[in-house]
Amino acid sequence: MDPKEIKERMKIPRQPMSEQDPAERVKNFYEVPHGYTPEQAMEEAKRCIQCKKPICVGGCPVNIDIPWFIRLISEGKFVEAARKLKETNALPAVCGRVCPQEDQCEKVCVIGKKAEPVSIGRLERFAADFEREHGEVAIPDIPNWTGKKVAVIGGGPAGLTVAGDLVKKGHKVTVFEALHMPGGVLVYGIPEFRLPKKIVAAEVDYLKRMGVEIECNAVIGKLETIDELLSNGYDAVFIGTGAGLPYFMNIPGENLVGVYSANEYLTRVNLMKAYQFPQYDTPVIRGRRVVVVGGGNTAMDAARTALRLCPEEVTIVYRRSREEMPARIEEIHHGEEEGLKFQLLTNPVRFIGDDEGRLKAVECIRMELGEPDESGRRRPVPVKGSEFTIDCDVAIISIGNGANPLIPQTTPELRLNKWGNIIVDPDTGRTSKKGVFSGGDIVRGGATVILAMGDGRRAANSIHEYLTTGEW
Amino acid sequence: MFEITEKRELAHLVKLLKIRAPRIAKKRKAGQFVVLRLNEHGERIPLTIADSDAEEGTITIIVQEVGKTTAMLSSKRKGDTILDVVGPLGKPTHIENYGTAVCVGGGIGTAVTYPIGRALKDAGCRVVSIIGSRTKDLLILEEEMRSVSDEFFVTTDDGSYGHHGFVTNVLDALIKEGMKIDIVLAVGPVPMMRAVSEVTRPHGIHTMVSLNPIMVDGTGMCGACRVTIGGQTRFVCVDGPEFDGHEVDFDELIRRNRSYLKEERMAMEEFAYHEGPRCYEKRGGA
Repeated sequence: MDPKEIKERMKIPRQPMSEQDPAERVKNFYEVPHGYTPEQAMEEAKRCIQCKKPICVGGCPVNIDIPWFIRLISEGKFVEAARKLKETNALPAVCGRVCPQEDQCEKVCVIGKKAEPVSIGRLERFAADFEREHGEVAIPDIPNWTGKKVAVIGGGPAGLTVAGDLVKKGHKVTVFEALHMPGGVLVYGIPEFRLPKKIVAAEVDYLKRMGVEIECNAVIGKLETIDELLSNGYDAVFIGTGAGLPYFMNIPGENLVGVYSANEYLTRVNLMKAYQFPQYDTPVIRGRRVVVVGGGNTAMDAARTALRLCPEEVTIVYRRSREEMPARIEEIHHGEEEGLKFQLLTNPVRFIGDDEGRLKAVECIRMELGEPDESGRRRPVPVKGSEFTIDCDVAIISIGNGANPLIPQTTPELRLNKWGNIIVDPDTGRTSKKGVFSGGDIVRGGATVILAMGDGRRAANSIHEYLTTGEW
Repeated sequence: MFEITEKRELAHLVKLLKIRAPRIAKKRKAGQFVVLRLNEHGERIPLTIADSDAEEGTITIIVQEVGKTTAMLSSKRKGDTILDVVGPLGKPTHIENYGTAVCVGGGIGTAVTYPIGRALKDAGCRVVSIIGSRTKDLLILEEEMRSVSDEFFVTTDDGSYGHHGFVTNVLDALIKEGMKIDIVLAVGPVPMMRAVSEVTRPHGIHTMVSLNPIMVDGTGMCGACRVTIGGQTRFVCVDGPEFDGHEVDFDELIRRNRSYLKEERMAMEEFAYHEGPRCYEKRGGA
């Protein structure tokens, strides 16, 4: 690209994406951003200067050919752009919505040094939505069966990526999902207003049309063990069972009625559709005043979900300051717009119940930041005598998850770390057991959709290599 | 979809259902449970597997109408289907030849006590069973339970059948008579399991109870089923369902099981309204 054109392109401002008005959206579960129009998308795509050595590709955990798909959009070839994306990413409509692009591809975008980076995520979302909404989803050619079968345990982002990659290489893949619906955290965890479930269903449908078999209600470790899968015709197994049991703080009153883990609260509302109770049978305590403990994306999802169930007040309680909050800035910003309150540098000390064991308040203590800890973040230290209470009838604890024990219990050869997460070779996803690979939160202990997908991508490559060479 | 292959009424508001689920039937052991969801709008509820037949490919559940979902399940007929059945979940009962094992079943808890009693009998235990209910019409699995027992007792709260009183009265009497009891396994309403644990506690008799908290996923993800055991938070779906009765915080479990009373009543009223008087009548007996 000649320097003159680069200069012209640099003048184009970043195209904003319109959103539902905060006052309106906080009353519904519809998606918050509307997505680009074709004109906006083409204009935004022109901001990409088509670097010869694109750094953005290296910033993507699944190495999407970003300049290529953006060029196709700038030329108005939207369907082609979507197909380019799907060569490396089976779930582009999902990633375009939930990836933390600001920490990945967009963080390293060259344009970002002088102006705002190219909106890679929004463009990804646009292309995938366009293809789906225009009924243009095409199934790639699938090679003849290699004669190999792979069992994928867990139908979340990691497992679905492995499944998509391996069917495209000609292997037969069965995904075993414990819940009644595939998608994992995409369906039970991430709320409808951030990721509509029909989009997940469409991306899962795409995998099924490529030949991936999905079996729901199948809890591996109970219904069948890994060894049984391996001796019943599967040549390799990928374990992508995701987040395990939620952590609690081990403070008094945590089992009062009204105290939820974020996992339970979000599962009730998202997967079981408790926000439509009694049309749907699963209830959730809506609460008058809600406290959410934690500062990550899951805490934001829980808090913004709570806001939509119409309480008087929803407050985030986080023990460090805003700068240390692990949640995406966009999510914090959206929450603030919707009326979310924050009690920063604050930590719960105990939950207080009424005579019937129902939550009525949480006692907190103020914190101050001391010396940096192992994570490099300044360690929060309680300020003596600063205790105070917040009235609340619902509290949602979102401080992370442990590992699910069901598979390790029946697969003693799997090596685990001290938290129960499966130990793998980071480059290949190989576990300590021959033919068994793993990735996503069961390995990482709690990360993002795209990192799980990146693990899936690497594992799929090494599963393919193992199936082809037979070497372990 | 999971087909119902047989249905029987065991007592007022208590039904036995056989469900075709060959893979679960093959794996299931005494003490384990399934989570099921009736339809697209349904909730996920845990139910203990009372029996299974690997050859026939069926599992048996026993359900008592207490709310909308159990009422809907009870109204299903042979040939109808259930949308989702997941299992076998939870750890199986630890079975060994303990010597003398007392199996206590209260109400429909006997549906769980029965397979445990049978497994203990097969393992060589001397099985002493005490089953009880509020009244004679509510008693279930009497013959089945008797068939696996060396000694067998029935109680009813109102004295309409068997011993007049509670299962704990019989248990207490056996202990006082000097019966050497090596283990007690009690399944039933939470207050009954608490009462049994209090009877055995002073004598240091090892007592296991099977807990029935509210669950959502049932596979170790959501944490809804947490209970306090010996001061520690444990998860019934993966750590249980059986725990040492002397360590369980029963009061907390009772309170947590009442979390959604208001919502449950609302759902049931709505359901009864749409289903007509049939359900009002049923509720009258619940």
